[in-house]
Amino acid sequence: MAYKKLFASWAGFAAIFSSGLAHAEYAWNFPEPVTPLALDTLHVHNEFMLISIAIFLVVLAIMIYSIFTHRKSKGHQPANFTGPSTKSQVLWTLVPFAMLLFIDFVVMGIPAYHSVVMMEDTKTDADMVLKVTGSQWKWQYEYPAEGIKFVSTLTTPEAQIYNKEAKGEHYLLDVDNHVVLPVNKKVRILLTSTDVIHTWWVPQFGAKRDAIPGFMRETWARIEKPGIYRGQCAELCGKGHGFMPIVVEAVSEADYKVWVAQQKAKQESAAASAEKQWSKDDLMKQGAEVYAKQCVVCHQANGQGLPPTFPALAGSKLINGPMLDAGGRLVKDGHLDRVMNGKPGTAMQAFKNTLSDAEIAAVVTFERNSFGNKMGDMVQPAQAKALR
Amino acid sequence: MTTATIATHDDHHDHGHPSGIQRWLFTTNHKDIGTMYMIFALIMFMVGGAMIMAVRAELFQPGLQLMKPEFFNQLIGVHALIMIFAALMPVATGLANWLIPMMIGAPDMALPRLNNWSFWLLPPAATLLVMPFILALFGIGTGAVATGWTLYAPLSVQGGMGVDFAIFAIHLLGISSILASINVVVTILNMRAPGMTLMKMPLFVWAWLITAFLLIATIPVLAGAVTMLLTDRHFDTHFFDAAGGGDPILFQHLFWFFGHPEVYILLLPIWGFMPHILSAFARKPIYGHKAQIYSFWAIGIMSVIVWAHHFFTVGMPLPALLYFMYSTMAISLPLAVLFFCWIATIWRGSMTFETPMLFALGFVILFGIGGLTGLVLADVAADAQYHHSYFVVAHFHYTLFAGGIMGAMAGVYFWLPKFTGHMYDEKLGKTHFWLTAISFNLTFIPQFFLGLAGMPRRIPDYALQFTEFNMISSIGAFSLGLSQLLFVYIIIKCARGGEKASDKVWEGAKGLEFTLTSPPPYHSFTVQPVMK
Repeated sequence: MAYKKLFASWAGFAAIFSSGLAHAEYAWNFPEPVTPLALDTLHVHNEFMLISIAIFLVVLAIMIYSIFTHRKSKGHQPANFTGPSTKSQVLWTLVPFAMLLFIDFVVMGIPAYHSVVMMEDTKTDADMVLKVTGSQWKWQYEYPAEGIKFVSTLTTPEAQIYNKEAKGEHYLLDVDNHVVLPVNKKVRILLTSTDVIHTWWVPQFGAKRDAIPGFMRETWARIEKPGIYRGQCAELCGKGHGFMPIVVEAVSEADYKVWVAQQKAKQESAAASAEKQWSKDDLMKQGAEVYAKQCVVCHQANGQGLPPTFPALAGSKLINGPMLDAGGRLVKDGHLDRVMNGKPGTAMQAFKNTLSDAEIAAVVTFERNSFGNKMGDMVQPAQAKALR
Repeated sequence: MTTATIATHDDHHDHGHPSGIQRWLFTTNHKDIGTMYMIFALIMFMVGGAMIMAVRAELFQPGLQLMKPEFFNQLIGVHALIMIFAALMPVATGLANWLIPMMIGAPDMALPRLNNWSFWLLPPAATLLVMPFILALFGIGTGAVATGWTLYAPLSVQGGMGVDFAIFAIHLLGISSILASINVVVTILNMRAPGMTLMKMPLFVWAWLITAFLLIATIPVLAGAVTMLLTDRHFDTHFFDAAGGGDPILFQHLFWFFGHPEVYILLLPIWGFMPHILSAFARKPIYGHKAQIYSFWAIGIMSVIVWAHHFFTVGMPLPALLYFMYSTMAISLPLAVLFFCWIATIWRGSMTFETPMLFALGFVILFGIGGLTGLVLADVAADAQYHHSYFVVAHFHYTLFAGGIMGAMAGVYFWLPKFTGHMYDEKLGKTHFWLTAISFNLTFIPQFFLGLAGMPRRIPDYALQFTEFNMISSIGAFSLGLSQLLFVYIIIKCARGGEKASDKVWEGAKGLEFTLTSPPPYHSFTVQPVMK
């Protein structure tokens, strides 16, 4: 009988609202909101769902009544009407229409208007700016006022992904560098991308916005509760799309200041290291680390790449060719040029925006002396700095 | 209401038809072409289904078990393209070919040779879609298109040659649809029986007329968009590249200017025949014939002005967001009129519950869930949570599987005895319905919750909190897929024989097609019927 299936379908919907009673492992509704925007969105969602379920149940009840009463097996004789015929009937058919009009544009429409206006107001009373840049497949974060810049990538080990190891608690939702933000500050979040479209989504913030190459988009968050919030990229951005998590750590303002000071110190020491002369071993060691973080998703751990989309580094003409001319200038389309400036129209991004001088020098040196490549030369951070 | 003059000697035009394989290759007969469309759709439905069952197997538990993410992306993209262009659209076109001439009292479609071409463009197009998978097995290329069915630039600009294959497949599919649409429009406007005014025309015919106009209006935009993509990929243009002065969002605007009406292109034919079925099994005339025609028009027109609600998160000016939000909500009004008419059609009827009726009632209820969840998606702020999450996946499967495919199944069961001359196995048909309806809900209800909890769509692997619902959903998907084997069996069994179907087939059936024999003669009406 129809009612079994009907019951199954609306019971599922009704369950959205029974979150309090639900088994802890199942999530029936939005995760707990921690920003005014997310809270507002949750309220709007709940209201809309309630109205939708009410409409659905009323219509379903009418249908079920009809299905059970007006059946041939009960000897019910069919009526013959094809439309409203009297004035009062016309009026009655207009009632559901008018009700829907009212629900759409007043009951739902007005709260929806207010939440859209709230969502789009990224500037009023903003306290700080966070710039987010999506790249295949990592997020770069920048705090323009503080001068802080770092890259955040997935840290879930491959062994867990390929089921060779037990999965950690935050499987696929852990990164090396958390975004740290102060609580109760309106953060204006600017988004862009270096290659394809990504979407920055932290469900508990109620903020989801695309990061588009060549354009700037914005959203905002005022996190009201300290804690660690996790999200993921939400726009299909290639094979690493499922492995581009976002982790935001909301801390008190005092802790945030401490963190900013630490980051600044770190960045200064990195800048200072660009001035000194590095040994080849140091460059190789640092280069292997950078490679594992930045390059391995495309060019693979063995340097073989995934041709034709991601070329092999092993035996590559580019890598086994000159990178600087006699005057110390970049050879166009040479190895160092490619790493620093990327290749437009492909997934190869310009790493000079992402990596420090030391990191660029190290990874280029590493690539020229690994995977069977034996160029034997090296790049010093100072050289990379000079070429910016 | 109608009087049909049936030719007593029904095949006096039947001389010298090609037989064997030539009959099918060169046929210009609307019934043969309709049959080929429907068989093609069924085969591709099974292919698309097999692909998504592989995807659900991968998603059965967290971790990567069966496939690499690249292959996963190819499967989800090709699944969608196949289901939309090679399963749902052809089945609707197949029904149009079979039914439109019979419903309006014409001997055939107006442009029979064109009709043959519109069908024979499909198999090469489907081959182009699937071939990259096979080529990859031989080490050629990187497999099929891996960008999702939306082919968003710039991802599609840097994709492998699978994208080029998809672009050419879309061109062929588009040409096929436009040719078929022209044929439908010309047939409907020129070949109606005397006395069949536009307002007397059956709803299925009306719905297809509007579908055809929508196709003619929007397919060229898609063709243009994918051609621009092709030149961006190979001829150094920069339509979608900001560095060269282009705009990646332009692609989304062009794509969804086609993509949103496409939803209605898929659904309008189904909405068109749904009242025929409900009215036949309620033994009651269709309620609100005119109101439904006006609603079709309203939905058709509105569908081309609301496209940007598919990418609210891309960042638009506030007035644009408000416009697309309110215009999208407005579509619920004509749609509600349709629902109202469907329910009023069964109200106070004398219902029986044969398989087509079960599918039709299931359609009304489940499609209702799809429609209502669409209403909440229109809200821009809440959409930020739903967009690109599994909530959306569940929503559009309620509209396109429950509304589209289960609706199409209702039509197939309803007219199958007319097409084949045999009754299908009623018991198996009912079993098929219940298996489909239950496993469909088992598959997609959990996906609503996955989406609300924050699981993005198109990810090959997921965080641990999503495990249980994904398992339930996968179990549902496997049983949904396997249930369809029963459907294939029922159709084959019915085509091969069985209880003879009467001309009228169903006690409450109305319409010119039921005045013909089952199966109908080669040229449906050799003497034009007259409508009074």
